[in-house]
Amino acid sequence: MNTPDPSQPEFRSYYGRPILKKPVWKQPDVPLYLALGGAAGASAVLAEGAALVDLPALRRAARMVAAGGAGLGTAALVHDLGRPARFLHMLRVFKPTSPLSVGSWLLAAFTTAASAAAVAELTGTLPRVGRLAGVVAAGLGPALGTYTAALLSNTAVPAWHEAYRELPYWFAGSGAAAGAGLAMTVVPPDQAGPARRLAVAGAVVDVAMHQAVTSRLGMLAEPYHQGRPGLLLQAARACNVAGAVGVLLGGRSRAVSAVSGAALAGGSLLTRFGVFQAGLASAEDPKYVVVPQRERLAAAAG
Amino acid sequence: MSDTPRVGFFTDTSICIGCKACEVACKVWNDVPEDGLLLTGMSYDNTQQLDANSWRHVAFVEQSAPIVPVLGDAVDTADTLDTVAAPGTAGAPDTADTADTVAAPARSATDLGMPNIGAPDPQSATTVDTQVRWLMSSDVCKHCTHAACLDVCPTGSLFRTEFGTVVVQEDICNGCGYCVPACPYGVIDQREGDGRVFKCTMCYDRLGVGEQPACAKACPTESIQFGELDELRERAAARVEQLHDQGVDVARLYGADPTDGVGGDGAFFLLLDEPEVYGLPPDPVVTTRDLPSMWRHVGLAAVGLLSAGVASFVGRRR
Repeated sequence: MNTPDPSQPEFRSYYGRPILKKPVWKQPDVPLYLALGGAAGASAVLAEGAALVDLPALRRAARMVAAGGAGLGTAALVHDLGRPARFLHMLRVFKPTSPLSVGSWLLAAFTTAASAAAVAELTGTLPRVGRLAGVVAAGLGPALGTYTAALLSNTAVPAWHEAYRELPYWFAGSGAAAGAGLAMTVVPPDQAGPARRLAVAGAVVDVAMHQAVTSRLGMLAEPYHQGRPGLLLQAARACNVAGAVGVLLGGRSRAVSAVSGAALAGGSLLTRFGVFQAGLASAEDPKYVVVPQRERLAAAAG
Repeated sequence: MSDTPRVGFFTDTSICIGCKACEVACKVWNDVPEDGLLLTGMSYDNTQQLDANSWRHVAFVEQSAPIVPVLGDAVDTADTLDTVAAPGTAGAPDTADTADTVAAPARSATDLGMPNIGAPDPQSATTVDTQVRWLMSSDVCKHCTHAACLDVCPTGSLFRTEFGTVVVQEDICNGCGYCVPACPYGVIDQREGDGRVFKCTMCYDRLGVGEQPACAKACPTESIQFGELDELRERAAARVEQLHDQGVDVARLYGADPTDGVGGDGAFFLLLDEPEVYGLPPDPVVTTRDLPSMWRHVGLAAVGLLSAGVASFVGRRR
């Protein structure tokens, strides 16, 4: 079945068939949602900070990204359902054992708050209600951007499950870079200082966590640096590095700021697709199930 | 719920003859749709896997190993073929074992190779010949004690019944698909064109009226045994002991241990080789075992993100 390759560990399987079922989550729906949710969550924080220190252009842009990202993300998630008409079944119960249940409630609350803040911002009506909604969104935003790590890790998919220590920070960094990067594309540089700082911090964390996953996971790091997911993640790193360098060297130029911000947002999107596809690759190959489990059994046996 | 004992399946693969009556009975009783018609070349296995449209799946494993001829004696098929459990037997087969497994006709239960070509001709001892061992096993949903599919289901569609089994309520399932990658055995799957997920219900409707599941009822060799889980575990332990006494050292239980990573399976197996040979994970663990730690990391990351957001506004104003 498998041609012998001395560099590969030996393992036995049933006709080389996968043991796990590959996730049925669709592309681009779910990786797109991961990116949109992360950007929206970080933007809500940025918007509230901008409101506090009176940077109106940044506040306005970040409120739009928060509401727009949450709205589009919700649409992507509903579209991914096998029975989209039953999306409200998500809110039948609340289950802490299901990150998707926790996330559905989070997303519902965040989208409501962020949309209210955005409507108030655009129409100028009910400014106090809008501000309160913005504070609620800022409080929920970070959780919205990081719970998706538990969503992926809390599966039997080897490359996702074993990365559960890094994924939340990776997604937090990626979301910060994307949210702040999107704001930089439209906000004049003299109002975008906080966005620039958050963008660079996010990109640094993203690159560092990518590195941490590939160096800690051993054999299960392979899907993160091989094949298509490997290419996507390399491209993501290139975008992050280029975006961060651009911000640091030319952030006060409107054009450089906008291009750097777009690079960081694109990097975040590539990161989500890369991580998503790395998981699919690890679920498809029985090697990633059998070999680590055999090693675990051998270690337990002493 | 508490006074109904937990029920399960004990699938004794040492007496499975690969007839697939279980697959057919399941399809008919549960009205499970067709799952594609193709010839895979994987021995007699054209079902390939458990999925939304196959709730029982009979695996066929053909193994061959060179016969090690011993003048005037037969060879222990099981030992020779199983390099993991019995290393070193190829060079010097144990005479007592050998006689037990192949030569003793009275113990039919240990005659495991279906296409038995018999003892090698001592006259042709110099030619390298092979003998085939056929492993057949009827796989099914494990109805785990700690069921990941049930834990991660966001709608409450998956639930635990009064019999201790795990069942999908099809009128609730919205096809989110979270249970699919959560299952450490790759059992539950989404049905194409329908969108919802489906798997073995252990014939919940039949259990309700005191009947046994269709697969167990149809099994002609009692390879699939249905009953109260505690009693099945005792029966299985006795069966393994019996096989070991008969020299079948490779017999082992899979999923019978309540201390394993899923708290033991409601449907467990007696296997004659490593689990992965049958397409089963060697050490499955329910993913939610690590969820508390995952939530801690998610919380820390969220606090970190909020702090970074606040920090980016501190100091220089623009």
